[in-house]
Amino acid sequence: MILKEEIIETDLLIVGGGTAGCYAAHILSGLNPDIRITIAEKANIKRSGCLAAGVNALNAYITEGHVPEDYVAYAAADAEGIVREDLLLSMSRELNGVTHDLESLGLVILKDEDGEYVSRGWRNIKINGENIKPILARAAGGKNVRIINNVNITDLLWTDSENGRTVRGAVGFSVLSQKACKFSSKAVLIATGGASGLYRPNNPGFSRHKMWYPPFNTGAGYAMGIRAGAEMTTFEMRFIALRCKDTIAPTGTIAQGVGAKQLNSRNEIYEQKYGLKTSERLWGTVTENALGNGPCFLKTEGIDGKAENDLYRAYLNMAPSQTLKWVENGTGPAHENVEIEGTEPYIVGGHTASGYWIDDSRRTSIAGLYAAGDVAGGAPQKYVTGALAEAKIAACSINAYLNSLKADNGSAPAEFPVKEADAVIAGYEKHLSLSTPAFSADEIEEAMQKIMDQYAGGISTGYRYSLAGLKIASKKISELIPLSENLKASSTYDLMQIYEIKERLTVCQALIAHLEARKETRWHSFQENADFPDKDEKFEKYVNSRYENGKFRIILRPLIHAGEKYEHQN
Amino acid sequence: MSIRIDKSKCTGCGACTRVCPGNLLQLVGEKDGKKSSIRCSRDCWGCCSCIKECRFQALQFFLGADIGGHGAVMTFKKSDGLNEWEITLPTGEKKIIAVDPKNANQY
Ligand SMILES: Cc1cc2nc3c(=O)[nH]c(=O)nc-3n(C[C@H](O)[C@H](O)[C@H](O)COP(=O)(O)OP(=O)(O)OC[C@H]3O[C@@H](n4cnc5c(N)ncnc54)[C@H](O)[C@@H]3O)c2cc1C
Ligand code: SF4
Ligand code: SF4
Repeated sequence: MILKEEIIETDLLIVGGGTAGCYAAHILSGLNPDIRITIAEKANIKRSGCLAAGVNALNAYITEGHVPEDYVAYAAADAEGIVREDLLLSMSRELNGVTHDLESLGLVILKDEDGEYVSRGWRNIKINGENIKPILARAAGGKNVRIINNVNITDLLWTDSENGRTVRGAVGFSVLSQKACKFSSKAVLIATGGASGLYRPNNPGFSRHKMWYPPFNTGAGYAMGIRAGAEMTTFEMRFIALRCKDTIAPTGTIAQGVGAKQLNSRNEIYEQKYGLKTSERLWGTVTENALGNGPCFLKTEGIDGKAENDLYRAYLNMAPSQTLKWVENGTGPAHENVEIEGTEPYIVGGHTASGYWIDDSRRTSIAGLYAAGDVAGGAPQKYVTGALAEAKIAACSINAYLNSLKADNGSAPAEFPVKEADAVIAGYEKHLSLSTPAFSADEIEEAMQKIMDQYAGGISTGYRYSLAGLKIASKKISELIPLSENLKASSTYDLMQIYEIKERLTVCQALIAHLEARKETRWHSFQENADFPDKDEKFEKYVNSRYENGKFRIILRPLIHAGEKYEHQN
Repeated sequence: MSIRIDKSKCTGCGACTRVCPGNLLQLVGEKDGKKSSIRCSRDCWGCCSCIKECRFQALQFFLGADIGGHGAVMTFKKSDGLNEWEITLPTGEKKIIAVDPKNANQY
């Protein structure tokens, strides 16, 4: 035995103490002080996840004169109809409430003389989001909440009965010491965010981790759900961000904040030609580059000195590298347009609709297992406030679930699948005791990113893919899996890197299966199938999948509209 | 994109090692001489969480040459309630941008 073992019993285990995870703990501990809540976070909740550097705006808020249904309509149109309107509606109804709560917790929001929020368009408000994560981390620290930092969760535990599958906890290990952790839990909330690093990134060399989405959100939550047989949805709707060249800093602050238009190198504003949906703005830029009209820019030249200084400050509050770049190069946005590029594709359920297939209570297809934030599918354009809204809905549902368990069983301890937990830990110890590996985790990661880039629609093919290419991708990715089983770890930090690559490989397999199944092109760039270049109404459906006996079973499901109620059937 | 650690300024307090979202920083060295150290420079996301924790400006943020870095470095300090970012250009010239955390962004 190499690893010490710790057993942690809890009522709710929250996997991932990011935006959704911290807020769910805050809400549930307020609702019910008798529930034992445990957050297991791979880093430290103070700055972990998407919010580490800060954010610049709350991108989902319903301003005066608008209603939640408007937000549903906007998100549905932007995603060409492939959304869960039921989920979007229940989320949209909570957006303003969670925003006011955030303000009461200490977030600075810009207000006019009348004390009204100042908006950027009708669904977006201006804030100082530099310290948004420390604010949420503080709010998560209720009396009945135990926060365990630096523990990387790799696997869910469950049992089966005639009523279907029920979650029983999870297994992980400390990244800083030789310790494995078994969590026995009545309910689990997955809040691990999305997946980056699947494709070769924009800056593959020294700055390989200078990506938009956190390189530390590796799709762990998707992977453990896939392996547990949970149903997943819409992985094929990848998110590809249009970002500032090199620093990969967000562009919304420039585009919406100072109204900068997209400009090609022939001095033409090209954005109207392609449309203004999220995927179209990106596709327009990719196409202009392919036509030889690149590089492309946001037209900022001519903004005044005050606006430039305000932009320097705004970027320091969310993407400090961009301000450093401007100052270091001696040319700010007032004198030089800002070059833009598309990123590598990510899987992010908070921007697009990929993730766990959930019902309106945010329960997954496994009893007791809930999902919120970027890991949950069906509801794109969630952003920070949408993640909080989902966390709140999930927290309320979990409260009801735990109360009903208590009414049925009293406080009898839940079943715990000891053998399965031990097998996971034996897997950790295998990596820790291997002596002569053929490859390193880094090498496998590079191989995976190259395969995905070249055969599954990465940057190098202008995001287009063909079925023939996917076939090769599928074969080559599956060849990497046995190699990833034989990686050597000298410390539990190394072990985390090994599990990160394993998670990414699982997510890549699911992604390839989904890209293959959507035999149309629903969204430019996000899912551009070269064999079927047009939209096809036959695919006005969700592409879902379940991993069964080593294979992905694809399930096409009919669209669910606002007002309709979806219930899981086992 | 990464950080450099000025070992002459680092007191080994460990504050930075507790916040990195990628667990990249650790204290390395003997008993009293422990200093912060980054496991792999290439793994840094550039979020600046660590440099905001360092009260001694021992952590310097810089852009890799592959993304247009020219050798400038940026440090952070709290001063009279303001967030002060200090950029030192390769010429030695310094620029300070102060941001008031009580004010929201204008854009
Ligand atoms: C750079 C950037 C800028 C953004 N800007 C804005 C903006 O200005 N406005 C806006 O509204 N939205 C913005 N967003 C979107 C928004 O921040 C996210 O959609 C939202 O924060 C996602 O919340 P989450 O809880 O799902 O993920 P996260 O907050 O990322 O939380 C996931 C957590 O899970 C942890 N974790 C992952 N794997 C494991 C594991 N195996 N075991 C244990 N823990 C694990 C991670 O460390 C992390 O703490 C931005 C996103 C990014 C990346
Ligand atoms: S916070 Fe600063 S002084 Fe403390 S360990 Fe880190 S670098 Fe050293
Ligand atoms: S900048 Fe962010 S990712 Fe890089 S070492 Fe510091 S805390 Fe870690």
